[in-house]
Amino acid sequence: MPFYDELYKFQDKLQHVLTRHEQGATHAAQGFARVSGKVGVCVATSGPGATNLVTGIADAMIDSTPMICITGQVPSHLLGSDAFQETDIIGISTPVTKWNYQITDVKEIPEIMAKAFYIARSGRPGPVLVDITKNAQFDTSDFKYKHCNAVRSYKPTPEINPSDVDAAAAIIASAKKPLIVWGQGVILGKAEEEFKTFVESSNIPAAWTILGVSALPTSHPLNVGMVGMHGNYGPNVLTNDCDVLIAIGMRFDDRVTGRLDSYAKQAKVIHLEIDPAEVNKNVKADVAVLGDVKQTLPMLTQKVASKPYTEWFEKFKAHDKIEFDEVINNDLNPTKEGLSMAEVLKEINRSSNSDAIVVSDVGQHQMIACRYATFNHSKSNITSGGLGTMGFALPAALGAKMGAPDREVVAIIGDGGFQMTIQELGTIFQTQAAVKVVVLNNDFLGMVRQWQQLFFDKRYASTEMVNPDFVKIAEGYFIDAKRVTKRADLGKAVDEMMASDKPYFLEVCVEKEDNVFPMIPSGASVSEIRLS
Amino acid sequence: METNYTISIYTENSVGLLNRVSAIFQRRHINIISITSSASEIDDVSRFVIVVSMTEDAVKKVVGQIEKQVEVIKAFYHTDEETIFQESALYKVASKSLFEERHIQNIIKKSHANIVTVNTAFFVIEKTGFRHETEQLYEDLAPYGLLQFVRSGRISVTKSPMNIKALINKLND
Repeated sequence: MPFYDELYKFQDKLQHVLTRHEQGATHAAQGFARVSGKVGVCVATSGPGATNLVTGIADAMIDSTPMICITGQVPSHLLGSDAFQETDIIGISTPVTKWNYQITDVKEIPEIMAKAFYIARSGRPGPVLVDITKNAQFDTSDFKYKHCNAVRSYKPTPEINPSDVDAAAAIIASAKKPLIVWGQGVILGKAEEEFKTFVESSNIPAAWTILGVSALPTSHPLNVGMVGMHGNYGPNVLTNDCDVLIAIGMRFDDRVTGRLDSYAKQAKVIHLEIDPAEVNKNVKADVAVLGDVKQTLPMLTQKVASKPYTEWFEKFKAHDKIEFDEVINNDLNPTKEGLSMAEVLKEINRSSNSDAIVVSDVGQHQMIACRYATFNHSKSNITSGGLGTMGFALPAALGAKMGAPDREVVAIIGDGGFQMTIQELGTIFQTQAAVKVVVLNNDFLGMVRQWQQLFFDKRYASTEMVNPDFVKIAEGYFIDAKRVTKRADLGKAVDEMMASDKPYFLEVCVEKEDNVFPMIPSGASVSEIRLS
Repeated sequence: METNYTISIYTENSVGLLNRVSAIFQRRHINIISITSSASEIDDVSRFVIVVSMTEDAVKKVVGQIEKQVEVIKAFYHTDEETIFQESALYKVASKSLFEERHIQNIIKKSHANIVTVNTAFFVIEKTGFRHETEQLYEDLAPYGLLQFVRSGRISVTKSPMNIKALINKLND
């Protein structure tokens, strides 16, 4: 209350967005942070308000998103007394925060907030929680602000060892079939230009993780697609064929590597990474180049020469053709009556000229969005990668629109995830943030259903959804809304949505039992990727 | 192969850090054999000593996770051979056995244990040493009736220098 009473006086300087649920606030702060590169901030009250933040904090932790959560707390003399709305949010949030701190004295506030922002955004970013007891909020003190740019025990960026760069360059010089796999580190390091220069001057095919994707335009000739469970055929299969694997700002997540003991065993591995704890965590690196990629990439670029790799590129082309013929063509140009998720993405790409920010939720539609959305600009693919948080997209899209008000923001959400944070339609309505919300409705928790079909003999245990009228719900929030069920209406509906300068809701009823392919089955190697 | 490793962590002295450090073990389902936290050779810097049984590959990863915590200054892991380590134990025995059972005095003398306190009701013996030494004394005293027994976690120093002072001086600049 005292905190909000002060905010009331600063309405012209600080925009406060009243989300309907604290989880929504965290995802909105994440969306804001991911598109803007700034720290997202959310505020919640003590007790249930604080515990409702936990999912978003965990999501920000695993996806390295700079975020600050400020929580209220009971007066310090009541700590530990089971007071009304008291919860040990410091204890609860410890494993999922980069740092957390409980302020019990008003005099600590300026220093701790400065430190919190510094820790959240520096090095490998992450969420920071600051819990402020009620007495510290009520008391007053002289405001003495000092910018924080160092914390004694904290080393955000490791020192670069130039001999590691030399060793990496020597390995690349001997490569005949090198492959780059880049992740979000390129974006977090604001190193898109340095990365593009490295890729172009080395002429090495480059594949991306779902959090790395938009760092290099989709149309770039050296962009060979997505790695991982539902990634592209070529980069997955050829991971087990390359002789040098250059991992840049990525952490070898199990959804990327598949079965670890048969992942790129033939290759020499070079790992460019800011977090020393990530080196050799999942995949052993022959050479680790520690440091910020914004610095290490130009050093490596200087020492690496371009080579044609003609036969190697032919292999990618051959695999691309197989994937196009067996999967992509069917997805984008289906011959059956029901709409495919991919053709919705195709229409959005066309209508937005690949300039939109795409915020996806979690599940089949997410994989389709990541596979088929096309991007011209960095910081354009916002999704819950590591934690796989259903319900992420709607509030994250709102935050993304706040963080990039001049850009189109399209949320792609499944009918399951949409209903997990559906209440944020209210926030979108109240703020009039012109978010374009697309629900791809197949009346199933589709990804789980896909696994049940493939691995559990079609026993669809608790995956079928009996859904409400989503259009009516959106209209109930006074948001323009439309439902599309036929291919003939799709393009026009997408154009109408993109042309709107207001929030817009579009439900597309898609084929109920479509599957996402290619797919690396759980426990299989990347080269055992299935096309059907 | 799992072996005992002693993890030494130099940290800032802050509330909640013990929770943050122990959560790293708990998350990986690792049982901490012993843990102590105390002052170190440097003012305002704490030192944790944690004993775990793990593979070297796993302990390396855990130390990496510990070291990246904001308030951790430096973390190391060492084998038993690389450290000098001790534990302390206290044994509380009824006083009458000290006077009635002459043998107990021989046990105390032989084990190089110290009598910390004696009164009419009980006496307390302290023994600092290796685990097998404190365990041996436990076995020897048990027949006479132990009223209480307690053993500390391991404390250890390394044979090789840690150079933390130099690091702290550099960080303070």
